[in-house]
Amino acid sequence: MSKAMPETPLLDQLESGPWPSFVSGLKRLAASDDKPYAPMMKDLLGQLERSYQTRKGYWKGGTVGVIGYGAGVIPRFSEIADEFPDSAEFHTLRLIPPPGTHYSTALLRSLCDIWEKYGSGLIALHGQTGDIMLQGCSSENVQPCFDEANELGFDLGGAGAGVRTSISCVGAARCEQSCYDEAKAMRLIVNNFLDEMHRPSLPYKFKFKFSGCANDCSNAIQRSDFAVFGTWRDDMQVDQDAVRVYVAKHGRKWIIDNVIRRCPSEALSLNDDDSLEVDNKSCLRCMHCLNVMTKALKPGRERGVSVLIGGKRTLKTGDMMGTVVMPFLRLENDEDYDKLLDLAKRIVEFFIDNALEHERIGEMVDRIGLVDFLEGIGIEVDPNMISHPRTNSYIRTDGWDEEVAKWKARKDAGLAAAV
Amino acid sequence: MVHQRRAIESGVPDHLPHLHPLLRRNYGKWKWHDRPRPGVLHHVAESGEEVWSVRAGTQRQLDVYTIRKLCDIADEHADGFLRFTTRSNAEFMVDSADKVAPLIASLNGAGFPVGGTGNSVTMISHTQGWLHCDIPATDASGVVKSLMDALHHEFTHEEMPNQVKITTSCCQINCGGQGDIAINVQHTKPPVINHDQVGKMCERPAVVSRCPTAAIRPAMVNGKPSLEVDEKKCVCCGACFPPCPPMKINDPDYSKLAIWVGGKHSSTRSKPTFHKLVAAGLPNNPPRWPEVTEIVMKILTAYKENARPWERMSEWVGRIGWPHFFELTELPFTKYHVDNWRTSRDSLNASAQLRF
Repeated sequence: MSKAMPETPLLDQLESGPWPSFVSGLKRLAASDDKPYAPMMKDLLGQLERSYQTRKGYWKGGTVGVIGYGAGVIPRFSEIADEFPDSAEFHTLRLIPPPGTHYSTALLRSLCDIWEKYGSGLIALHGQTGDIMLQGCSSENVQPCFDEANELGFDLGGAGAGVRTSISCVGAARCEQSCYDEAKAMRLIVNNFLDEMHRPSLPYKFKFKFSGCANDCSNAIQRSDFAVFGTWRDDMQVDQDAVRVYVAKHGRKWIIDNVIRRCPSEALSLNDDDSLEVDNKSCLRCMHCLNVMTKALKPGRERGVSVLIGGKRTLKTGDMMGTVVMPFLRLENDEDYDKLLDLAKRIVEFFIDNALEHERIGEMVDRIGLVDFLEGIGIEVDPNMISHPRTNSYIRTDGWDEEVAKWKARKDAGLAAAV
Repeated sequence: MVHQRRAIESGVPDHLPHLHPLLRRNYGKWKWHDRPRPGVLHHVAESGEEVWSVRAGTQRQLDVYTIRKLCDIADEHADGFLRFTTRSNAEFMVDSADKVAPLIASLNGAGFPVGGTGNSVTMISHTQGWLHCDIPATDASGVVKSLMDALHHEFTHEEMPNQVKITTSCCQINCGGQGDIAINVQHTKPPVINHDQVGKMCERPAVVSRCPTAAIRPAMVNGKPSLEVDEKKCVCCGACFPPCPPMKINDPDYSKLAIWVGGKHSSTRSKPTFHKLVAAGLPNNPPRWPEVTEIVMKILTAYKENARPWERMSEWVGRIGWPHFFELTELPFTKYHVDNWRTSRDSLNASAQLRF
């Protein structure tokens, strides 16, 4: 006789309503008595219901992994396994998805088949760091599950004090605002750090994220230590005929209220002939006007990326946004992409050598100062790195003349803003 | 000895085989896009080819039956390809406008709401909670399900001033990240320490160094090596709990929920911003957390009725000011809203600009 479904009066209340219910999904798995995971999911539901009753969590960590790797499996052992023995071990395997999280149904179905064989049948698409999360695997099944997923083309993602799985926006695959090949950059960089991902030995976690423009659809600036944003250095592309179509359709007031006045640097003006005047020197590449007039405005042709370092959430010293350390790096050919990789290598190396244990790179830069960090990674200062120059006088300036000479030399060489 | 298979360290897989053929053909060569209706994006390539993407909300915690259902829909309507957004929405690409309505009908028929584009409230990004995390004080999945039920109309319609991104987190580490509205756990009491376990389970120096306020120090308690907390210094953040589970921070009654507004990742118009505390002390009240939904709906209503087109939550509050925000939302303003952390002076009003 199959194990009985647990009573779940509280969870049952999450089955009603118009939004798809995760509880109904858990129950479907638990009721699949022809599948190996049904008993596990029954106990999982039982334990989750207990959490809803007591408002307490019942999972603890431990050590579970696959051969050769020191990360990628999140161990979960139940603290109330005596009551719910079939979900006593409920580990997660983090898998790295294809960039942009595109799937052929054949790939997803194969993954489901493997996961039905070895795991719970429960998958989060996707975790906050960007992984496919196969949730609910016994210790015994972790290795064979990974082996089959690995043969299918998946690798384990990051965890702990290592390089983490990355996210890129949909980007070049389906967006006219994309300023570089996000997936190419992500694969090039992350796949270069697989040792640091699979055998974590950094001071603390390190996340890369890739957004094609300042809209930041991959949530890079606050969620990644190394945020790559697409941008352009020449003039934005304007199709004046298309601008006039917008004006004709929506009226001058609408254009003025929603485009001209919303420009944060007052770089736009609507001409008397209903064409758009752009002061490109003042333009911040913020994307607002391009978002509104998608048919008329596009990024310029000289495209590349800016790199911001140090984004993170509260722990330990408080929230941080990434800040600019590379205002512009042209990304057109393979050589350009290698320069981005080289920058990533220098920065991760500096992080390994200089961060304290459990210190994120943003906190490290905060501790040592941006200038020392830049010197450490071999990048010259640039006014695009600051909101404004210093406001206090507590600084020794006895190297002033030498620094001025350096600035002039760089300026003469036309290299002030690039590597 | 059992044969040990060596892992193929393949890292990030190639996406090209998994791109819809239309996207593959026009990779990097897109010209413009528009949104014919909520939940549908229409992209036109330089080649003249067009693609319609239909976005559907999911529960994120997906059982294989639901994933296969999504695959069935992709096979039937979208040439066997789909993708997911960072907020767990599924997207299906089709090559003609005629195919959009039948696809939407299939999705709706299977219980997936279509929406989440443009100036709508999109799916809430959320964390693992009681289902799988080892340190949660609440269950994000349940909070999210309850909220998205209430926000169904706002997901399926584009009626907000601009996009609204909501996040939830089950502890103060805040894996959910920054949001226009964030619903996060906020502990209100210092950890309760099991001194019998600390010496055995915790690397004490690491725990001491983890504390942001230096409130933890090594101590001998009942003859055993343990840790003690200076409760006057403790800010109840729970940072000590992950490295030292005997320092129980979670409490059914004292772990509350707090609501924050005005987080923004994009550099569009205004610079990115962190979310700010607006309400705390909400009970952790499963299975539907009605007190949370009530305040979120209050904030969203005020935003919807008062913000101008394109203003994100932070930009709207920036224009009208915090006094007016607290008036409109009828939320109390307390001493806990005033920051006292390292850079707190930057959050004070250092001007003679006042609002009445």
